Amino acid sequence: MISAFFIFNQKGEVLISRLYRTDFKRSIADVFRIQVVSNSDVRSPIITLGSTSFFHVRINSLYVVAVTKNNANAALVFEFCYRFINICKSYFGKIDEESIKNNFVLIYELIDEINDFGYPQNSEIDTLKSYITTESVVSSSYVAEESAKITAQATGATSWRRADVKYKKNEAFVDVVETVNLSMSAKGTVLRADVDGHIQMRAYLSGTPECKFGLNDKLVIDKSQAGGGGGDAVELDDCRFHQCVRLDEFDASRTISFIPPDGEFELMRYRSTTNVKLPLRILATVTELGTTAVSYAVTVKANFNAKLAATNVVLRIPTPLNTTTVECQVASGKAKYVPGENVVVWKLARIQGGQEHTFTANAALTSTTSSHKQVWARPPIDVDFQVLMFTASGLIVRFLKVFEKSGYNSIKWVRYLTKASGSYQVRY
Amino acid sequence: MSSRAPRKGENYELSVDLNSGYAEKRKDAIKRVIASMTVGKDVSGLFPDVLKNMQTEDLEQKKLVYLYLMNYAKTQPELVILAVNTFVKDSDDPNPLVRALAIRTMGVLRAEKIIDYLCDPLAKALRDENPYVRKTASLCVAKLYDLKPELVIENGFLEQLRDMIADSNPMVVANTVAALTDIHNAASARPSSSTSDPGIFIISPTILNRLLIALNECSEWGRIAILNALARYQAQDEKESDHICERVVPQLQHANGSVVLAAVKVVMIHMRGVRREDLTKQLIRKMAPPLVTLLSSPAEVQWVALRNINLLLQKRPETLSTEIRVFFCKYNDPLYVKVEKLDIMVRLANESNVDALLSELKEYASEVDVDFVRKSVKCIGQTAVKIDAAAERCVHVLLDLIDTRVTYVVQEAIVVMKDIFRKYPSTYEGVIPTLCANLDELDEPEAKASLIWIIGEYANKIDNADELLNIFVDTFVEESYSVQLQTLTAVVKLFLKKPDSSQGIVQLILNKATACDSPDVRDRAYIYWRLLSTDPGAAKAVVLANRPPISIPRTTVSSALLEELLGEISNLTSVYHKPAETFVGMGRVGVESVQHKEATFNDEDPFSAKKALQTVAAGQYVENLLDFGNEATLDGQPTGLAATEVLTQPAAANLMAGVSANPLDDLVSIFAAPSTNVISSASPPAPPTQHQQEDLLGLF
Repeated sequence: MISAFFIFNQKGEVLISRLYRTDFKRSIADVFRIQVVSNSDVRSPIITLGSTSFFHVRINSLYVVAVTKNNANAALVFEFCYRFINICKSYFGKIDEESIKNNFVLIYELIDEINDFGYPQNSEIDTLKSYITTESVVSSSYVAEESAKITAQATGATSWRRADVKYKKNEAFVDVVETVNLSMSAKGTVLRADVDGHIQMRAYLSGTPECKFGLNDKLVIDKSQAGGGGGDAVELDDCRFHQCVRLDEFDASRTISFIPPDGEFELMRYRSTTNVKLPLRILATVTELGTTAVSYAVTVKANFNAKLAATNVVLRIPTPLNTTTVECQVASGKAKYVPGENVVVWKLARIQGGQEHTFTANAALTSTTSSHKQVWARPPIDVDFQVLMFTASGLIVRFLKVFEKSGYNSIKWVRYLTKASGSYQVRY
Repeated sequence: MSSRAPRKGENYELSVDLNSGYAEKRKDAIKRVIASMTVGKDVSGLFPDVLKNMQTEDLEQKKLVYLYLMNYAKTQPELVILAVNTFVKDSDDPNPLVRALAIRTMGVLRAEKIIDYLCDPLAKALRDENPYVRKTASLCVAKLYDLKPELVIENGFLEQLRDMIADSNPMVVANTVAALTDIHNAASARPSSSTSDPGIFIISPTILNRLLIALNECSEWGRIAILNALARYQAQDEKESDHICERVVPQLQHANGSVVLAAVKVVMIHMRGVRREDLTKQLIRKMAPPLVTLLSSPAEVQWVALRNINLLLQKRPETLSTEIRVFFCKYNDPLYVKVEKLDIMVRLANESNVDALLSELKEYASEVDVDFVRKSVKCIGQTAVKIDAAAERCVHVLLDLIDTRVTYVVQEAIVVMKDIFRKYPSTYEGVIPTLCANLDELDEPEAKASLIWIIGEYANKIDNADELLNIFVDTFVEESYSVQLQTLTAVVKLFLKKPDSSQGIVQLILNKATACDSPDVRDRAYIYWRLLSTDPGAAKAVVLANRPPISIPRTTVSSALLEELLGEISNLTSVYHKPAETFVGMGRVGVESVQHKEATFNDEDPFSAKKALQTVAAGQYVENLLDFGNEATLDGQPTGLAATEVLTQPAAANLMAGVSANPLDDLVSIFAAPSTNVISSASPPAPPTQHQQEDLLGLF
């Protein structure tokens, strides 16, 4: 269990401090400051001193820290820290020093609600928002009645949903968002290509709707046993569900059935490694001309239907550390050398399917004092992009059925998006 | 009574505002008090003023006052009594949120005076019709037990908790389980409780069934509490083990990574009772994909998962045999994740994936971070030692790396080559000239020692071996002891292989070594000297004896410890791969008890055992300092800070030495352990002092 919870800013000042157990003094915060914040070489997210362990997560120059004094469940502690971060994002729109300082009263309320005596409690954002609000509540008989309902629901079997939700128009939006992880070798062979998908749902449905969800998947537990066949079915290596999904039913019959929370939530995450369609092909030739120059020729090709387009394409092309200037030539988009990060950033607002664009450049290097010759590590080229209405895994939503006792009709919308940010890497 | 603040300054202003006639102003002042409290200012002097604002209809203000009370109740025990009335009244409020809030807060005030008033409201809250209040109350029993166990027992709260396991609300069940487990652990950690005491929370088959039912219905955190309880359950027979595994397996699909790991833990524990081959196989197959999915979690969770996967693979190497590619490092992974991935990649290496692995490792060896590069080079060596068929390819990669002439890469590659020679004697002699060509660039003892060992071992095949060794003999006095020891042995080997040309050099080294100030070097020199002068045949038999080839240990911990760690999956124990006693125990568990415990393990791994002991000793030291810091703070802030500054020194040392927040240390030592053996295998067993030195060397 978690004995204490802190938030520090970059300088190591305490923004939030809450001791759930009494095995510490407040001065324990100083220990963390000395050991982690002012230590430039921290090589582990957990630091143990004596029997005290500090778990920390860095986000936007904040440290979210949990302290334990026993053989704590490390995965739980980190999941809890990230849950806290998500709650803050949802409440304040962002999490940074300013938003923490401006809302510290609310944050204290929240961390007391989601953790009691070191044990995490209900932390469903939607439910929390129903009784921890930014306006102050004055206790009255009406509030008491309301609270009784809220609490019953917050602890009940469907702790994620209020019972009395009403909408004029019953709608459900499904977003299938896939993140492609690619690592391609210099020779152009794919070392690793897989898809991390998550299905985000926004449900605006009245009453207590019972949903059934279907995909064109065949969940393959053991690849060696999977026979061919299957047509357009997609092989998912694994999937994980929001807590509203009945896991025992999924385990028995592979149906995804659930009563959704009201509003936005992540229904499902999945992973696929077979037949990954790579939306962008990168061909890079980088030649070191002696020790004074490097020449680049990078081609990016959109490898999908001409009706679709990749947007916000950003290529980060690394340059050696001793680069002085880079002369870039591009037919489309903008290319700029960023000395601070040792990269040339090539931005393309839009690439239509089937199109091809080329970047050429020459980087001039200073002659280093070559007593000890440091070889350039040639970090991979990193590509960020978004392609709407395209899934790299080929996943398609087959159906989403909504059953409610009042029998209303509901409208469903499905969107697909494939993207990469920091995970699409090509070596050269 | 508290000394009131002087009539000026921040606290005085706050005090005025807290007594203001305007509600808004008062509330704002409370907020400012809390803000000061957060940054560590002492606002305990305002206790009576804040207390006056407790009776309010405003929920937010009430929460703030409670928050203040929780922090300062202990320092103002006399005044807390004034708050009791409001608490008791609140615990009868029609609003369940207020009722729960009162119970929750009272439980953590930790003032003797208030505890006596807690029991009645608590008893009522445990039977409250509202589940939210009940779930809060059940945890409150654990809080009370922490403070005054007698009260819990006298009031029969334990029986009440046990009844609540049958509560209709899953969240109440989960919190009750958490509370009972907490009390159980607290009771068994108490030194007075005898071992014959069965404990507070025994899980009977009836309870088991209730837990299994609640498991599917409660919140994610509740599931973890229940899964932890299931992990403690002793299955009666095979059928029950099967049943538990089958019921827990669906949880592997949960979105929360810690639920997945908790489920893996339960399955691993109860799988011991499963005899049906097909079920075991099926369970392992179902466990693999969720484990791989954990790798798309945030880096910290990933790291915890990787450390645990490492353990699982030691027990069941077949689990992820086809998944090596997902462990390939991304360029922007944090270092601690990369290092763990490397270790797992070597574990998963086999003949079919070794080519992909080697090209990855070669790629990593050209990255920037020195530690990561070294570890990658080391992994190439481990792969070579592990897979006979790939050894030659590994050697080629190493030669390519030596060509880069980056000093730390070259040095690491030479260390690794030594291990390859130890596994495949006289196979790759062709590379020796390349290695020797880099002799001038070596500046690290380990690399030097490795190269010297290679020269000594193949002295008869290297024409200019005596010249090469002469370089080291000349600088003998300045070298570190490990290099001295290797030089000594290598020269003796040279002499035994080429007696004619090396008479002079052996005499020189023996003279130098016997004058050395290290007892190890001196003793070894004397032994060689005596052997050579009395019976050269015996010397040959001892020094040039054939040694068994090395192999990569399949496990990094002893098998008994491995079982224990697998029962603690996702806990700190299995993240550090060390028994809990080494870093938990509030300083109560001493070195002796750990020693006793280690003795019960079959002693395969004296190295890690010794390290663990060191850790306990160091940990206790830090513990004392921490305690000291705590007491000092009673006098005021400055001493507290001063105490923590004193602490940094030993704490940092402790970090490096053992508990090792830095997994690199552990990994380095995997290879360090066998290499100590080679030194002692060429000489009589090293005396304990040397061992300690090497331990330290291995660690830093």
